[in-house]
Amino acid sequence: MPNAAQPNPFEPDKHLFDDTVFMQTLRTQMLKFAILQVRNETLAEDAVQEAILSAYQHIERFNRQAALKTWVFAILKNKLIDLLRKEKRYTDAKILDSGAGRNDEALLDNLFTEQGYWQKDQRPQKWDEPDQDLESHHFWKIFDTCLDALPARYSRLFMMREFLELDSREICDNEALSISNLNTTLFRARLRLRECLEDNWFAGEHPL
Amino acid sequence: MMKCTQATQLLSEKLERPLNTTEKLSVGMHTAMCPACRRFGKQMLLLRGLARRYVAPSKDA
Repeated sequence: MPNAAQPNPFEPDKHLFDDTVFMQTLRTQMLKFAILQVRNETLAEDAVQEAILSAYQHIERFNRQAALKTWVFAILKNKLIDLLRKEKRYTDAKILDSGAGRNDEALLDNLFTEQGYWQKDQRPQKWDEPDQDLESHHFWKIFDTCLDALPARYSRLFMMREFLELDSREICDNEALSISNLNTTLFRARLRLRECLEDNWFAGEHPL
Repeated sequence: MMKCTQATQLLSEKLERPLNTTEKLSVGMHTAMCPACRRFGKQMLLLRGLARRYVAPSKDA
């Protein structure tokens, strides 16, 4: 029997779960992510709850917040993929379209000239990578904000492709989309995200 | 020559499927001449990397 008085290097760090601010933030992030994917608050809540519970059951694996976060997101991803595969019913094109925003063409007009070349002041600029720790936190906030600013349909498909790493065919099957439709939407999502990140982060005026 | 609108669309699509030879050639010729689209292409890859790190932020904290 291990002696309880002796510090055990393998003792799990239960304090991770006691950090209410961290757990609350994590939960909110997971929920936002899940709701965008399954579009059903109850299913999303359940998936998040199960992921957190499963992390708690494997508590001995984590010694840092980052490790825990990676773990729960991996679990959540799998649960969401399962849900998406099981229920192809969630596509309601009308609902999705209503969130799409009407100004797609306006976006392209803004960025490109009539002849199809970059507008002078919209040309992509050089990016410095946000690799310094100090900057990272602030960077992810901006990344979050930029994702939020996308029309719901864009961010949903973008997250399916880039966060859940589903392949195009599977997304198209699930969403009853044509491949060219998906490609166009992803292209527009990336155009917007790129622009938003450049304007708000890479333009170099972020305060530190 | 290919326009920036077409080049950027293909540079995004490249993340979904391998481009065919004609597409590769046209995009290659375009980006050789157009620094803005060249950057755009790099940033598309970076964006993918960022998205992966957002979900699994193993490098942070």
